[in-house]
Amino acid sequence: MPLLSVQNLRVELKTRDGIFPVIDDVSFTLDEGENLAIVGESGCGKSMTALALMGLVPHPVGRLAAGQILFADEDLAQANETRMRSLRGNEISMIFQEPMTSLNPVYTVGEQIAEVLRRHQGLGDKAAWAQAVDLLDAVGIPNARTRAEAYPHQMSGGQRQRVMIAIALACRPKILIADEPTTALDVTVQAQIFDLLHELREQTGTAMILITHDMGVVAEMAERMIVMYAGRRVEDGPVADVIATPRHPYTRGLISCVPHLTETLTDERPQLTEIPGIVPSLKTFGQDNCLFAERCAHASDQCQSGRPQDVVMGTQRVACWHAETIA
Amino acid sequence: MSDQTQPAERASSPLAETVQMFLKNHAAVVALVVLTCIVIGAVVGPFVYPNDPFDMVWAPFSPPGEEGYIFGTDYLGRDLAAMIVHGAQVSLTIGLAAAFMSVFIGITIGALAGFYRGWVEEVLMRFTEFFQVLPTLLFSMVIVALFGASLVTVTIAIGAVSWTAVARITRAEFLRIRELEYVMASRSAGAGNLKLMFGVILPNAAPPIIVQAALMVGTAILFEAGLSFLGLTDPNVVSWGQIIGSNRQYILDAQWTVTIPGLAIFVTVLAISLVGDGLNDALNPKLRQR
Repeated sequence: MPLLSVQNLRVELKTRDGIFPVIDDVSFTLDEGENLAIVGESGCGKSMTALALMGLVPHPVGRLAAGQILFADEDLAQANETRMRSLRGNEISMIFQEPMTSLNPVYTVGEQIAEVLRRHQGLGDKAAWAQAVDLLDAVGIPNARTRAEAYPHQMSGGQRQRVMIAIALACRPKILIADEPTTALDVTVQAQIFDLLHELREQTGTAMILITHDMGVVAEMAERMIVMYAGRRVEDGPVADVIATPRHPYTRGLISCVPHLTETLTDERPQLTEIPGIVPSLKTFGQDNCLFAERCAHASDQCQSGRPQDVVMGTQRVACWHAETIA
Repeated sequence: MSDQTQPAERASSPLAETVQMFLKNHAAVVALVVLTCIVIGAVVGPFVYPNDPFDMVWAPFSPPGEEGYIFGTDYLGRDLAAMIVHGAQVSLTIGLAAAFMSVFIGITIGALAGFYRGWVEEVLMRFTEFFQVLPTLLFSMVIVALFGASLVTVTIAIGAVSWTAVARITRAEFLRIRELEYVMASRSAGAGNLKLMFGVILPNAAPPIIVQAALMVGTAILFEAGLSFLGLTDPNVVSWGQIIGSNRQYILDAQWTVTIPGLAIFVTVLAISLVGDGLNDALNPKLRQR
């Protein structure tokens, strides 16, 4: 039985022009200790999926309209705020994109870690502080004992993200959601952070949902991936299979944007391709057609007339009318 | 590792930095010294002048210095120095209490409005605006007139008319800070609404509120002086405004009876304002580069 099972999730956003589904009928599962990547361009509903899992869909603009989020036999979509609060940071944790701004500037980093431990594990001041220092040490902050008394502005971006990871993993959560954890960091630091996440995951057995738009990161970090487009899941499957044989034209587009995934250095490289156009506006979300059609080279009348159903192709699932013919 | 090049120096706290910045503002430091002297005077003074300041001690209208009465006597022959010293306690107490009250009301209303938005904000801000458009002096006069003139009612009257500024500043800061990522991060770590409001957002919203509160002590003292000048104060307790009010008819014959308490108010309020200004510089990171 999977650790987390999301069924037909639908999240609606209220805008001036009406109500639109920013997440439209998305289902997926996450096994214990598994590393799942959610991939897509900006505005595809990746981050909203993460917030929905945490029960943090922005209120009152957003609403979890339908679907189930089953976590250990409990439907989080129906859970009340008190219950969600006891899960957040405890069973399910999240790290954010911007380490520069996701720490509270008025408290020391040690205090911010200790606070989570006091809240969820009922530790006393001293025990929580001691464990906070240990955690800082575990995430690779040198001189953890003195650095615990530092304020966020006295740390570099990479160090702050390490602190965020320490906060997120303080209570040994079952699920860690990482929302573009390295986008704001430079490349060498990115690698260090991913190494750290790898290492800590091996130690703790935490399952991870990695939200990213970077196919390179996916290939390196994840075992399974979901490709999202305009609030819908367009493809999912094991990372190796999806990258080797992407079935959905959108997935192909994403992969051909990245140089080293498809070509080795000795091959003659074709020009990098881009996906023409941009993600459609929220207004068109939820229409009964393929939302990728207007950017797709393979689009036909069929794509405009109905929403494509999932097609199972080997280990992958694809939502495309032409999945079999263009493969 | 490249992200760990920073020296592991002992962290200097934001408090220490603020104190450093404050000390650079010489006017504010001088004002703080003056203010401290006034506070010490208000605390120690009544021991130096242990008798009732309303007692007649010498001939009326004695100019300052005569017979050892350094500030002279007023129209009833009362020792002006004793009255100033006893009045200082009353003026400062009312100023602090009224400022505390308006900060308390203002933060509560502003925080709830800015945090919850929606109808809560609508209701609370319309309520705030209602208090804002009331003519302040008139409204506080009505309160004192209705409920009787005592220190408590005067304090409440001043607090009730001056909290709106704090509420609006608090709400504005909450609106800004609630959207910042660390609030979402705290929420995702399991923090509840109360914790978010008063443990996460409020400490970050504190600087402008602290400055406003400091300035408000000054305004409250002025307000109290205004009310007691008009006679709307506890007649059994000396306060600076009351001294001015009761001696106002004799301003041409004995100008010191009005000038000296007036100066006391002026110096105190000025000192508080300068300290508030210094706090503003010290707490506002954008001004730190000056």
